[in-house]
Amino acid sequence: MSKARKIAKNDSLELISAAQNKAEDKRLEVLKTYKLYIGGAFPRTESGRYWKLKTPAGKVIANVSRASRKDFRNAVVAARRAFSGWAAKTAYNRGQILYRMAEMLEGRREQFISELVLQGSNENEAVREVNAAIDRLVYYAGWADKYQQVFSAVNPVQSSHFNFSLPEPMGVVAVIAPESHGLLGLVSCIAPVIVGGNSCVVLSSEKQPLSSITFAELMESSDVPAGAINILTGFREELLEHFSSHMDVNAVVSSDLESAELKEVQSSAVSNLKRVINLKIKDWFSDEAQNPYLIMETQEIKTTWHPIGL
Amino acid sequence: MERRIEFNTSWQYSPAPESTDHIVLSKRYDNFIGGAFVPPASGKYFDTINPATEEKLSEVALSDEADVNRAVESAREAFNRYWSKCLPAERGKYLYRIARLIQERAREFAVIESLDGGKPIRESRTVDIPLVAAHFFYYAGWADKLEYAFPNRRVSPLGVAGQIIPWNFPLLMAAWKIAPALACGNTVVLKPAETTPLTALKLAELIQEADLPPGVVNIITGAGETGQALVRHPDVDKIAFTGSTEVGRIIQKELAGTNKKYTLELGGKAANIIFEDAALDQAVEGIINGIFFNQGHVCCAGSRLFVQESVADTVIRKLKDRMESLIVGNPLDKNTDIGAINSRQQLDTINSYIEIGQKEGAELYQTSCPLPERGYWCRPTLFLNASQSHRIVQEEIFGPVLAVQTFRTAEEAIEKANNTPYGLSGGVWSDKGAKVFKITSKIRSGVVWANTYNKFDPTAPFGGYKESGVGREGGLHGLLPYVNLA
Amino acid sequence: MAAATQTLPDFRYSPVVDQVGVADRIARVTARSIKKESKIEALKLALSMLDLTTLDAKDTAGKVRQLCYKARHLHDDLPDLPTVAAVCVYPNMVSVAKKALEGSTVKVASVATAFPTGMTSLDIKLEETRRVVSEGADEVDMVISRGRFFAGDYNYVFDEIAAVKEACGQAHLKVILETGELETYDNVRRASEIAMYAGADFIKTSTGKVKPAATLEVTLVMLEAIRDYYYQTGRMVGMKPAGGISNAKLAIQYLVLLKETLGEAWMTPQYFRFGASSLANDLLMQIVKQKTGIYQSIDYFSKD
Repeated sequence: MSKARKIAKNDSLELISAAQNKAEDKRLEVLKTYKLYIGGAFPRTESGRYWKLKTPAGKVIANVSRASRKDFRNAVVAARRAFSGWAAKTAYNRGQILYRMAEMLEGRREQFISELVLQGSNENEAVREVNAAIDRLVYYAGWADKYQQVFSAVNPVQSSHFNFSLPEPMGVVAVIAPESHGLLGLVSCIAPVIVGGNSCVVLSSEKQPLSSITFAELMESSDVPAGAINILTGFREELLEHFSSHMDVNAVVSSDLESAELKEVQSSAVSNLKRVINLKIKDWFSDEAQNPYLIMETQEIKTTWHPIGL
Repeated sequence: MERRIEFNTSWQYSPAPESTDHIVLSKRYDNFIGGAFVPPASGKYFDTINPATEEKLSEVALSDEADVNRAVESAREAFNRYWSKCLPAERGKYLYRIARLIQERAREFAVIESLDGGKPIRESRTVDIPLVAAHFFYYAGWADKLEYAFPNRRVSPLGVAGQIIPWNFPLLMAAWKIAPALACGNTVVLKPAETTPLTALKLAELIQEADLPPGVVNIITGAGETGQALVRHPDVDKIAFTGSTEVGRIIQKELAGTNKKYTLELGGKAANIIFEDAALDQAVEGIINGIFFNQGHVCCAGSRLFVQESVADTVIRKLKDRMESLIVGNPLDKNTDIGAINSRQQLDTINSYIEIGQKEGAELYQTSCPLPERGYWCRPTLFLNASQSHRIVQEEIFGPVLAVQTFRTAEEAIEKANNTPYGLSGGVWSDKGAKVFKITSKIRSGVVWANTYNKFDPTAPFGGYKESGVGREGGLHGLLPYVNLA
Repeated sequence: MAAATQTLPDFRYSPVVDQVGVADRIARVTARSIKKESKIEALKLALSMLDLTTLDAKDTAGKVRQLCYKARHLHDDLPDLPTVAAVCVYPNMVSVAKKALEGSTVKVASVATAFPTGMTSLDIKLEETRRVVSEGADEVDMVISRGRFFAGDYNYVFDEIAAVKEACGQAHLKVILETGELETYDNVRRASEIAMYAGADFIKTSTGKVKPAATLEVTLVMLEAIRDYYYQTGRMVGMKPAGGISNAKLAIQYLVLLKETLGEAWMTPQYFRFGASSLANDLLMQIVKQKTGIYQSIDYFSKD
């Protein structure tokens, strides 16, 4: 069992020192620094700001980077740069990369479980959530080379033309991850976006940000190209406006915005007519949180015409 | 001196006007609400004129909030009482009936469309009206087959759809809006454009004739304020708008914070890219079709031409020669290629861009065809040596004005083509299959015509990326904006 | 007239042709509505562009003489009618036609070069050409060697046309591509260019013995080849659609196509011909109808 989990179980930072003083465990534990994930690197926020993440009991777990508007801007630049390469990967390849993410997550189950517990989930919930997150990645990995078939059409036009419509990724998608389910919510929002070839900038849960940064570490080692997924920790209240008004973001995906927040997002989205997708998901473990229609939310349909002749 | 073809032949086509004998227009048209024609609450009307003669054709209701309320109420009642209870197959049969009636009265609709909007009768007869009938026919068949369009989902209608349409394809846009909405079980309130309300009102008569339950389709006329009242109405479940990006943005903002769904079909500034290995003569025809179809009043018009430098001189010469054979004039003449500009206001806009283009330093070329004295007209126009930074390259002109640039490599062409906030359509001309697929996949737009341009079909989804709109109309994908999935 | 360049064209500069695009263009041409004055003018113009043709194994001297009479007297009830451009016959009827048309402006055209198949040796083709010219043919309608064309032996096709052109002397050479056998518009375009660069005065669609013969589509492809050749060289080559153009409405559509593709300079019998036989009477019937307002019967027009 990992250190972090032990700590969480005891739910007390004081016990860290107590544990360290035990004879069988004399070494000083190396504490983890949680940073942002932008363009495949782990920078601190350019603003130098942080907030203290605490356990439900009020004990400080970590100093979490509090991303700024400029961090977001940098993340969008990274996402835009990564977009064409990620979108150009074969569907098979994207499926493999998502599956690889599932494999990596499976390999680090314990860490994710203990982090969730640390951030306030009870153990059973945490186990269930991590399992579901792994399975969700496998689920979407399987869709990588199938949703195009299900949602494409060859259109029988009247003229002598071959005509077909197929989905293409929208581009750079800003994702506001749900506050609940720091891991499953995050994975459920990211997976349908990236399996379809979009790149994304994600604002993680404010309550459970640690899972998202650990998840970023896992992506970094699972063949996801740098910049395809970027993760920021920060305050929704501060960043929402920038997520929805940035001119180089094509869509905003959210799932649990208050109606005033949603209105704000929808109003700022007008700047470049970005698509606002507010998923209404009540149960992150159900089918409403995993289905191919969610992939289509960040796809555009392109119709192509070509003459048929000699 | 470059050799050119001389088109001013001694043999000229005599006028061949389409007969208007059988056209009956009332002096005044009221709103169509709850299956009946009812006067506007305010008692006010406004004129609709023939842009080719500047003569008044009729006057139509100027609707305000009270009329919008009435229409939405009627649509809601029709939804609750009839349409949501109507068997899907029966819904389909109503649409088939409308399609057939349009086919029967096609000539009448074509003539009125040309009278009211200024488009050449050749187009309203061979493009607009046949597509209207085809659109109803296509969606009629979907009414009882919706479960097959959305695998593993239960499909239900949204309720009342508010639909606002533009003046460039008046009846066709009405069909694009009404047919899928009705097929999916919604009722509608449709507002035609201020300058082109007549065919929609004739459609209202036809809908009466088809015995559609009262209130399933309501048609109210007016200007921007009428549309705004419709957008703001709390009992509308969905807004479908076709028009400018500017107004689309306003509507999107209005809808922020509401639960209304929306689809927007907005502006465009499409690139039409001609490679050196293209079928050049057909490409020239495609350029012509791309920019001069419907006076260039087409959101997906190929208004930016990119020609590969090795064939640029050849293509421009052919294009100029082909343009010389285009006839501008009376929309009702069967030989007219380019009709009247839709309104004085639009003509002013186009002319201001023609001035801007010259000031910006692009080289103006216009054909020498004669223009009628009265009415609103614009010669087919090219701007050669345009550059990306020119306003005539960046902004939608919505007229018969083409900005021409050359390119050297495919990469350059793609980069320039995508260097725009719009993403509605694009054109690619090359004889090399692999290249065609490469370029069509790189163009960021909802419709790409390869070795053709400005083709439309009810089965083919249409709609934009980026600032050209949200959602699709037409085809299987055109059903989605009108259903709830569970 | 500028001399033709005596080498094969560089096909890299020849555009390919898209069949569907061609059909789209023709749909616009056929949508033109030609009424009233413009219709009468067109009908007369079409008459003046006729190569009145009889190419039948059963042809007799008598039949050819009747045709020549018709060529000079289209319909004597109508004043102001032009004569046709030419009478087109088999080689053994050239002298008969020449005699019958003596003193008129109507030209004698003869098919040659083992018409309609061209399946013989070059020396025989040249001999036949020289013979018809010496017997009075003003114009020679040759066929290209389609087999060699399909085999990719463009030099052979080119040289053969150039040789026949030389054998023609002063006579005008019309080169029949037999488009109905060429299958694709790309082939039609290429054959057109070979013929023009080899010296053809006209290019012609068909022998009339193969279906499809002339179509508006194939004619457009050839007219565009003529235009591009003119752009390049300044030499105007004529066009002759032949076969299948049996009514006035269709003939007028050809004229619309001609007007909108090559314009003013080509709108004359010097640069455009119809190869047809029954077309003449339909044109005449339409002219009478336009003048009288009454629909006509073929029984009142001489069939020659």
